[in-house]
Amino acid sequence: MEVIDLAWWKLALAALLILALAVTGHLSRLGITRSLLIAAVRTVIQLALIGLVLEALFASSAFYWIALLALTMLLVAGREVVARQSRRLRGWWAFGIGTGAMFVSSFTVTVLALTVVIGPEPWYAPQYAIPLLGMMLGNTMTGVSLALDRLNDSVWRQRAVIENRLMLGQTWQQALEDIRREAMRSGMMPSINAMAAAGIVSLPGMMTGQILAGSPPAVAVKYQILVMLIITAGTGFGALMAVSWGGRRLFDERERLRLDRLIKP
Amino acid sequence: MTNLLLENVSVGALSDVSLAVPGGQVVCLSGPSGSGKSRLLRAVADLEPHGGAISHNGAGQLDVPAHQWRSRVVMVPADSQWWFDDVGAHFSQKTGENLPEALGFPPEVMAWSVSRLSSGERQRLALWRALALQPQALLLDEPTANLDGEATKAIEAWLLEEIRRRQLATLWVAHDPAQIQRVANAHYRIHGARLESVYGSD
Repeated sequence: MEVIDLAWWKLALAALLILALAVTGHLSRLGITRSLLIAAVRTVIQLALIGLVLEALFASSAFYWIALLALTMLLVAGREVVARQSRRLRGWWAFGIGTGAMFVSSFTVTVLALTVVIGPEPWYAPQYAIPLLGMMLGNTMTGVSLALDRLNDSVWRQRAVIENRLMLGQTWQQALEDIRREAMRSGMMPSINAMAAAGIVSLPGMMTGQILAGSPPAVAVKYQILVMLIITAGTGFGALMAVSWGGRRLFDERERLRLDRLIKP
Repeated sequence: MTNLLLENVSVGALSDVSLAVPGGQVVCLSGPSGSGKSRLLRAVADLEPHGGAISHNGAGQLDVPAHQWRSRVVMVPADSQWWFDDVGAHFSQKTGENLPEALGFPPEVMAWSVSRLSSGERQRLALWRALALQPQALLLDEPTANLDGEATKAIEAWLLEEIRRRQLATLWVAHDPAQIQRVANAHYRIHGARLESVYGSD
């Protein structure tokens, strides 16, 4: 099976649909036109650029170029996690905690999947490593930012409850218990829902892409199962680390709640 | 005799606050709103960064983990918080059953939902929740603010009896002079950045 290449002008037809939506949105004053158009333009430019980068990378497959791309992806994801929190920790903590959690979880799980499960030669072969890491980071980023956003926002709103629990001699972990559970829940929900709906309600994008590219569905399905499992594991561990590090930072060494460490940008 | 000791404590606008609360005695604090009474209590409970030294029975605040300090020196805030749906979930089985009659609740209160409690009821239950922890010192922030005259006197009498019986060193923020008259062994008033002794001090 050969893949049908898409001509650029054909993509313009799809873009017309977005334009139509933007015009409709503008006329009915939904207030989404601007962000819709900016996001659409960003997606085209970013993906076109990454296409060029990947072409070059596949040609060279040197480890340090792959590592550099992976690092760039991580830092951009870290910045995105910071931007998605309505209240965040002051200074470099917000970036550090989000990026650290994503680094530990997605890189570990990706390397594990590459070396133990898939086993390409060399293990960092860009054709496998980059798409896998991209999917891991994208999902972990969503999980970590949802969890941290929920954590910080709940702590801010429930200050009186947390402090009353501290007054009754509870440790900071006990006083934060319910909020931590909620934050983990909101970080994990997208992955859990995606796993529950996979194959019945939705055909996941990666599997669809592989089938379009000519893989037998049986192979595509196995890859998709692998990806969903490691995404959920990576998101879960990432959110877990982010919530426990973030929660720790909200209290000082005397277990006092320190809301002065949160800012609303 | 147990003692709650504050030496040169500074928090917020207050500085150089020194006082001693002997076990079984009540020291009242009063002052205009916003003068820092509650913040002082929070500093004693170590909920807020502060200067100076605070100790209980010779053991310094910093010598024990913060949560252990707070279970010895328990603060009851003016506006108590309830985080479970049912009243009973905030109490252990035993303390729920031993709810003192003086608080004026029927035995089935533990099954009530928190949302139906009035602010006065919450305040009375919060006092019992704190005492049930077997603290050694109590920090009370206007403990009768939401109660009517009769209930106030009943709660005062019950609190004083518990404070004497358990030998609790008690710091009590109050604004009603008549109440201070009734409960205080010593009375301090906040005046600017200082604490002034009104009566009964060293």
